[in-house]
Amino acid sequence: QLSHRDAAPGPPGLWLPRRQGSSPTQLASGTMSLRTLPLLFLNLGGEMLYILDQRLRAQNIPADKARKVLNDIISTMFNRKFMEELFKPQELYSKKALRTVYDRLAHASIMRLNQASMDKLYDLMTMAFKYQVLLCPRPKDVLLVTFNHLDAIKGFIQDSPTILHQVDETFRQLTEIYGSLSAGEFQLIRQTLLIFFQDLHIRVSIFLKDKVQNSNGRFVLPVSGPVPWGTEVPGIIRMFNHKGDEVKKLEFKHGGNYVTAPKEGSFELYGDRVLQLGTNMYSVNRPVETHMSGASKNLVSRAQESIAPNPLAKEELNFLARLMGGMEIKKPSGPEPGFRLNLFTTDEEEEQAALTRPEELSYEVINIQATQDQQRNKELARIMGEFEITDQPKQSTSKGDDLLAMMDDL
Amino acid sequence: MFRRERCISLRGSAAALCNNLSVLPLPERNLTHFGVVHGPSAQLLSASPEGVSLAQRQLHAKEGAGVSPPLITQVHWCVLPFRVLLVLTSHRGIQMYESDGSVMVFWHALDSGHASPVQAVFARGIAAIGHFICVGTWSGLVLVFDIPAKGPNIILSEELAEHQTPITDIATETAQGQDCVADMVTADDSGLLCVWRSGPEFKLLTRIPGFGVPCPSVQLWQGTVAAGYGNGQVRLYEASTGMLHIQINAHARAICALDLAPEVGKLLSAAEDTFVHIWKLSRNPDSGSTEVEHCHGECVTDTQVCGARFCDPSGSSFAVTGYDLAEILRFSSV
Repeated sequence: QLSHRDAAPGPPGLWLPRRQGSSPTQLASGTMSLRTLPLLFLNLGGEMLYILDQRLRAQNIPADKARKVLNDIISTMFNRKFMEELFKPQELYSKKALRTVYDRLAHASIMRLNQASMDKLYDLMTMAFKYQVLLCPRPKDVLLVTFNHLDAIKGFIQDSPTILHQVDETFRQLTEIYGSLSAGEFQLIRQTLLIFFQDLHIRVSIFLKDKVQNSNGRFVLPVSGPVPWGTEVPGIIRMFNHKGDEVKKLEFKHGGNYVTAPKEGSFELYGDRVLQLGTNMYSVNRPVETHMSGASKNLVSRAQESIAPNPLAKEELNFLARLMGGMEIKKPSGPEPGFRLNLFTTDEEEEQAALTRPEELSYEVINIQATQDQQRNKELARIMGEFEITDQPKQSTSKGDDLLAMMDDL
Repeated sequence: MFRRERCISLRGSAAALCNNLSVLPLPERNLTHFGVVHGPSAQLLSASPEGVSLAQRQLHAKEGAGVSPPLITQVHWCVLPFRVLLVLTSHRGIQMYESDGSVMVFWHALDSGHASPVQAVFARGIAAIGHFICVGTWSGLVLVFDIPAKGPNIILSEELAEHQTPITDIATETAQGQDCVADMVTADDSGLLCVWRSGPEFKLLTRIPGFGVPCPSVQLWQGTVAAGYGNGQVRLYEASTGMLHIQINAHARAICALDLAPEVGKLLSAAEDTFVHIWKLSRNPDSGSTEVEHCHGECVTDTQVCGARFCDPSGSSFAVTGYDLAEILRFSSV
């Protein structure tokens, strides 16, 4: 039912064409599953859109402007060249590198965000997807979570058939690549994602209120509800004789309060996903605060990231250049007035957040200027140069601003 | 009944891997060694009976080409007749150390030659049997290393090629003096179990097919294979024939660890559903069939368990690790 036009020989399910100029050893090294990046990117992107949509409404941005912002971002996310790069088998790069991609995405339209708001946005995105991955009943359910995000994204762009088509294309690509993976391969993907999110314990007010997160930042793991599809409710011991007949059945007290799964979520283009994880939890107007104190105590993993040697930075830049080179950022046509979105309730709160953000949670967006690689530097500078960098007045959200600046430190 | 004991702090949280805890009891020194994988590093520590951490050490996977530092998949103590070695498996290869992790005595780089560009290359699954250490790999190949009584002259003596999917776990049991008895089980991501007899040449005795679900953890006790699966089931098979004796719907999420207290035939199962269960295995003297009884269930609240081990051969205490948790939790019976 799925076409394997570009199938390369290998074990079933591993049909992706070889990336030009790289050897298997080079690619298949270091991290675990090499198929994780598209899932990570699309789900984080989906959460980003949920949050932006909610903030645009909360800040009373005119509907047509809000729609344009979401359309522009979604169109950039699902751009064909970009998706092509994304789906190539590759390692998960650092949080730094990934954050840089989202910075650019968030600025793909007439909207701009200050550093503090961008930090908060990224915090919310990552904690939300971490929660979803952790609570997936089966490892394969991360695909249903992804489909939930895509379904909602299609809801944002109902009036734009071109972008809708792009999203459907991505859907088809996901099905082709992930549809035939085994449970073991999905388990590896899940483990890879959890390693990526290890030690992030930022408290999110909407999670605390809904009692899905404890005050120490850890997620609540319920011991009740439906079991995953394919799992039986725990509590039964069955004994068999030499002929394979069941001869005895015993019960034991397992401690949870589980029920049978009602039905399996649909993996089709359209269908009832059944799983709620990945659907929009911000659709009611709820404030989205994060709490910084006591968020990330683990120093070992932090140290690992910041002492990354130069070759790492170089590889990350290569990745960024390739990935963002595929992003076709539309230049605003005509005098389209831009605006600044604030993830906080007031400007003062935003300033305060910027000042008080703990050191260990700074995302340290990659400073292109600081690298040694002149070649990459030039190419990235060219890509970045698509934006005119203008000086923005800092005190207010001036509606008369024209083009938007990229992050100050690029 | 078990009660919570004082937990032991870790420098780094435990990674969401299976079988992510190794325990080496050293009763003659009144100490216990613990080993936990954090990610690119693994942490070894030794603790007093009261749970006070006495010494710590961090080990890393050997560097290589690639964007990020290689991740460790497992760390495990191998008790051999004349020595104890600590084995560390990663995405780069296999490292063997003296038991306190102070000196690396052997390094084996993985051959990724046949890997497709999408395939992750790694070693995983570690067990000792006789004077051999067996280590599983991503391709399903099980490497058999011959270990001398002392020194670094370790040789790859055999490669067992029965599995087609990545190895998850290997379990061994010193045969009770008889011949033709199974003393090793290997498990993989497809749920396939292979039962072996060790020797100068390892012999495959039985194949127990999977059913579409990984088998992350396996144990072997007196001719019974205990296997934990990704759908929360524990199954007990006759090792020599592959016959299914017992099927337990034990957990509501994937099982991540099984352990055995061989002196008493106690089995421990831990899963991502936050539960740890203890079972008593026995052989019915009349029918000869294996029987099981549930002894105890422990809910480790809000913790996705990733490793669990008995801390002594009589099963009177056990330890647990959880994803994102920078502590080893301990329980002992009252």
